[in-house]
Amino acid sequence: MPSNDERWLDAEAGPVVRPYALTGGRTRPAGESFDLVATVMATHAPIADPASLAPEHISVLQLARAPTTVADIASDVDLPLGVVRIILADLRELGLIVISTPVAMAERIDKQTLREVLNGLRGL
Amino acid sequence: MDYGVSEPVSEISVQHRAIKILLAGGFGVGKTTLVGAVSEIKPLRTEEPLTEGSLRTDSVAGIEGKATTTVAMDFGRISLRRDLVLYLFGTPGQQRFWFMWDELAIGALGAVVLADTRRLASSFAAIDYFERRQIPFIVALNCFDGARRYDVEDVRMALDLEPGLPIILCDARSKESAKEVLIALVEHVLATTTEQSLSGFG
Repeated sequence: MPSNDERWLDAEAGPVVRPYALTGGRTRPAGESFDLVATVMATHAPIADPASLAPEHISVLQLARAPTTVADIASDVDLPLGVVRIILADLRELGLIVISTPVAMAERIDKQTLREVLNGLRGL
Repeated sequence: MDYGVSEPVSEISVQHRAIKILLAGGFGVGKTTLVGAVSEIKPLRTEEPLTEGSLRTDSVAGIEGKATTTVAMDFGRISLRRDLVLYLFGTPGQQRFWFMWDELAIGALGAVVLADTRRLASSFAAIDYFERRQIPFIVALNCFDGARRYDVEDVRMALDLEPGLPIILCDARSKESAKEVLIALVEHVLATTTEQSLSGFG
């Protein structure tokens, strides 16, 4: 039974743990930076020390079982992008995910892709 | 067909193409409405440390201990094909949000500046941003009920836009209209892209 002290902490109060408590106060991810639409995919490597991962790390890892993007993950776990980036960088360091640069990031998008986008939009 | 584990990771990243389109505009201009009309809209928050720059412009009296600020983005996802997904990112056009634009703009297909003819000045910052960084963009005028209909050429003059830059009228609530806006942007980018881009990563 909840005590009186806990009653005011409903969903409206927001997360009880501030996002940056999850990241140990870090505001910048480790390693090479990655785009919002970079593809994230789990490597399915064994987790050496499961106790070192926060539940949020596990949630992110589960979302990455099929290829997805940084922005999709941030939206699905409902954490700010900055926090998700740090979690992703941690998982990458542990070899649990790979993050691929989107094709579009290296160059301006080529005409063939633009035509495909155009056809796709017309067909919506 | 067999999509077994032997498939190399690099092949997956090539197959899954994510294309970014930016949507800029002042508060209340209809960005959320437009994204929702044409795509599956998803919540997306970004939490950035307050920089000295934003400390100067934001009133932080009484919250001096607050080191971060949360900004909601409009985020939409349109699956065009299994391997081709369009992502729409809508953020406010004001200068203080440019920290988000700088990252969003890298590799983006282009941008739509959504404008309200009653408050054209709120589009200036976004137009200036895209022009300076040579990011292809078009202007879409959201025709609100009751808003006076302006001649497109009058708007071009008011916004000091180049003659070839597309300005289109839209109704951000309508899927067809929102689609037309995106199509107009892609057509504009196609018309201004040289085949040389195909030469790739040199």
